[in-house]
Amino acid sequence: MHNDNTRLTQEIIRASGVNPSKCMKCGKCSATCPAYDEMEYHPHQFVYMVESGDLEPLMNSKSLYKCLSCFACIDRCPRGVEPAKLVEAVRFAVIRQQGADHMTPDDVPAKLNEDIPQQAIVSAFRKYRK
Amino acid sequence: MQRIGVFVCWCGSNIAGTVDVHTVAEALKSEPGVVFSTDYQYMCSQAGQDIIKNAIKEHNLTGIVVCSCSPRMHEATFRKTAAAAGINPYMVEIANIREQCSWVHKDMQTGTEKAIILGKAAVAKVNLNTPLTPGESPVTKRALVIGGGIAGIQTALDIADAGFPVDIVETKPTIGGKMAQLDKTFPTLDCAACILTPKMVDVAQNENIRIFSYSEVQEIKGFVGNFDVTIKKRARFVKEEICTGCGACVEKCPMKKIPNEFNLGMDNRHAIYIPFAQAVPKVATIDPNACNMLKKGKCGICSKVCSAGAIDYTQKDEFISEKYGAIVVATGFNPISMEKFDEYAYSQSKDVITSLEFERLTNAAGPTAGKLLRPSDLKHPHTIVFVQCVGSRCAACAEKGKEYCSKICCMYTAKHAMLVRDKYPDTEVYVFYIDVRTPGKNFDEFYRRAVEEYGVKYVKGMVGKVTPEGDKLKVQASDLIANKQLHIDADLVVLAAAIEPDKSARPLATMLTASMDTNDFFTEAHPKLRPVESPTAGVFLSGACQGPKDIPETVSQASAAASKVIGLLVKDKLTGNPCVASPNELMCNGCSTCERVCPYGAITYEDKEFMMPDRSKAIRRVAQVNPAVCQGCGACTVACMSGAMDLRGFMGSQIIAEVDAICK
Amino acid sequence: MQVNEYKPLIVAFCCNWCSYAGADLAGNNRLAYPADVKIIRVPCSCRVNPMFILRAFQRGADGVIICGCHPGDCHYTSGNYYTRRRMALLFSMLDYLGIERERTRLEWVSAAEGAKFAATMNDFVEKVTALGENKRLEDLRCKR
Repeated sequence: MHNDNTRLTQEIIRASGVNPSKCMKCGKCSATCPAYDEMEYHPHQFVYMVESGDLEPLMNSKSLYKCLSCFACIDRCPRGVEPAKLVEAVRFAVIRQQGADHMTPDDVPAKLNEDIPQQAIVSAFRKYRK
Repeated sequence: MQRIGVFVCWCGSNIAGTVDVHTVAEALKSEPGVVFSTDYQYMCSQAGQDIIKNAIKEHNLTGIVVCSCSPRMHEATFRKTAAAAGINPYMVEIANIREQCSWVHKDMQTGTEKAIILGKAAVAKVNLNTPLTPGESPVTKRALVIGGGIAGIQTALDIADAGFPVDIVETKPTIGGKMAQLDKTFPTLDCAACILTPKMVDVAQNENIRIFSYSEVQEIKGFVGNFDVTIKKRARFVKEEICTGCGACVEKCPMKKIPNEFNLGMDNRHAIYIPFAQAVPKVATIDPNACNMLKKGKCGICSKVCSAGAIDYTQKDEFISEKYGAIVVATGFNPISMEKFDEYAYSQSKDVITSLEFERLTNAAGPTAGKLLRPSDLKHPHTIVFVQCVGSRCAACAEKGKEYCSKICCMYTAKHAMLVRDKYPDTEVYVFYIDVRTPGKNFDEFYRRAVEEYGVKYVKGMVGKVTPEGDKLKVQASDLIANKQLHIDADLVVLAAAIEPDKSARPLATMLTASMDTNDFFTEAHPKLRPVESPTAGVFLSGACQGPKDIPETVSQASAAASKVIGLLVKDKLTGNPCVASPNELMCNGCSTCERVCPYGAITYEDKEFMMPDRSKAIRRVAQVNPAVCQGCGACTVACMSGAMDLRGFMGSQIIAEVDAICK
Repeated sequence: MQVNEYKPLIVAFCCNWCSYAGADLAGNNRLAYPADVKIIRVPCSCRVNPMFILRAFQRGADGVIICGCHPGDCHYTSGNYYTRRRMALLFSMLDYLGIERERTRLEWVSAAEGAKFAATMNDFVEKVTALGENKRLEDLRCKR
């Protein structure tokens, strides 16, 4: 499978620190994912799409924002692939493409909302503050 | 000074085609020590060997250099020739002027020049050669088998059949191992007990076999052919020779709420117990942690009911010392602990069980007498979920799982699933798999039968979590082919736990100086060509202690190990390789570095008395190499800081002489 | 015309079980490599004392290569691991002394890799030839 976005793929792999070729396609990430039914592309597909450079449908998909960053997939992946980190890196790539929509500590209070898991904000802050 | 004869072989035109053999022979004539030099068409032929023999006699040669093919080809031949003519076979060196000269160079001049240099190097080495005699050591004609599972049983039976005495040391009160706990065996579905227990009886009745049950190896000293082993026979508080195994004591014992290890704690046993009906030896054992008489001095019922008078509350651990010629390790495996896999709720629900527990649940001699009832409420389960690769192929965290494939789980899970569907067709059976691995005779056919004939639902995907809810287990899993997340209300979840080497293997390996891999499996001497020998001479491997194995593989390895042991024990004396390390005691400073690098444990330290320069006497700690154990790798020679350690046949001075000859 | 006639002197230490057999296989398959390579047989690559290598350079060798079994395949289980560590240290020390890295090499050649043996030797001789004569460690008392 050849795609022109090799550089972007490499950038996502670099930024996430995830090696998608460690994935042995067991599907435990998707089995464990609480947001599975909300997603068009599921965690195991995320990993495979990054591995094969099939980024465009992924980046255009709402699935990216359905990930709760609960990290269950990271905890349970038997190969240490860490799919959630990959999701965050792809989200980040989308934001970068749209033009550096960064998050500063000052933005955090405005985003606090009882319905949003705090973890999601912490997670987003970690990625977008740079 | 040596008197060296040089013999240059033409090898027909193989050498003579690219190397001017006459010139080589002439050139080497003037090398120091050389008193005779000649060339001949085929040195390895009878006529060629006669030339060497005659020259040895005629010229009183003390060393031989043959410029010919690779030493891997004919070194042994020419050594024999030399020995036949009365000189030490290790006074022969080969200059490889065929494979490493005439065959790889095209030009006559370069070929000849290189051949001369190679010849010179060989001459330089022979000048420093010393006659070597291989050491001999006697062989104790008795074998020790550590572990009494199917691997140990098979090895012991085979060795005993060849007429050698064998001792089996087993930590449990009975031999039989894991196989005794199994219900049926794949892929033939014959019952494990039906094929194992006759073998256990054979062991008990074989005159050549002694069983040390409820015992462990305490200490191992010595080396191949001459191991000194101390065996600790734990007190079982029952006189083994007298006990008839009638079981009267067990029936009357008031302490009956002790978790039964044989049934993996799924039912209870008494404080005095016989693990199972076909145990060998069929002798009762008192659990000292549970017995009231041993703990508080009150009770003593068993000794009252024992008509044979076999109960002895004062029994002490006994230590037995015995000599062995060979040791077979057959310590086997255990399923790993499931406690750390929180997502499967193993610790939360009694109805999440391991496959070994499932074996006991379906076994006619098990806690439910063979009826498939779930542990929590003893109801018949209608939906069963099997999860494969739990802890296997798990590279993420070492404290949880194992990186390797446990090999046997795919097949036993297929067996379990098939047996459930066969006995209880109303049960829905799911198997979640990553890959189904079935390489083996009739294995894939077996797995396909489970799917096609028995209707087991194989789902490509993993179970993500199991949540106990009411009397159900909510199973959340992925189906990767349908790209769906499944939610199943299961009654029973069976985890195919990874297997790991028994915990006793690591300390045992240290005692044996046998090497292990990072997973604590024993390493074999060569992964392909010497799969049943440990790199430590005289130590052999049988069964799952070397890697995950099913029963047929275990039995073949067990028999292979036995044949290797028999091959060792039939010898009266072991002839070693004379090219072994030897220390110069005067130079040794006792630092122990060599001892640490030796992969075979051949080096020990000894306090010896030496005469000092001022004629006083002093005790110094010096290295000693056991030539029967040393394999001659030379690791110690380089590690030695004082230069005391040298390798016979490849001495430092000899190799330097070769370097000098080449660089001249 | 004789300008390019410089012939380096290469000493190769080969372990008996893998690399020496690999060299034999190169011979069996008639895979040519320069005659400048002279092989010394040792039981295991871990028998190669750094002294031997220093001696070779002292005596005017232009390059020294050590060949052993692949990691994990050592006939003596762990010998080549010792070699790997020792040579890592030695080579960096030699580099410090002015013996270029290209003049020393540690290579894993199995008994089945005759082609690799020949290719390795060809490459090594080429690299050393490009560097020219080694004079750094040469002991003038034992000049060729």
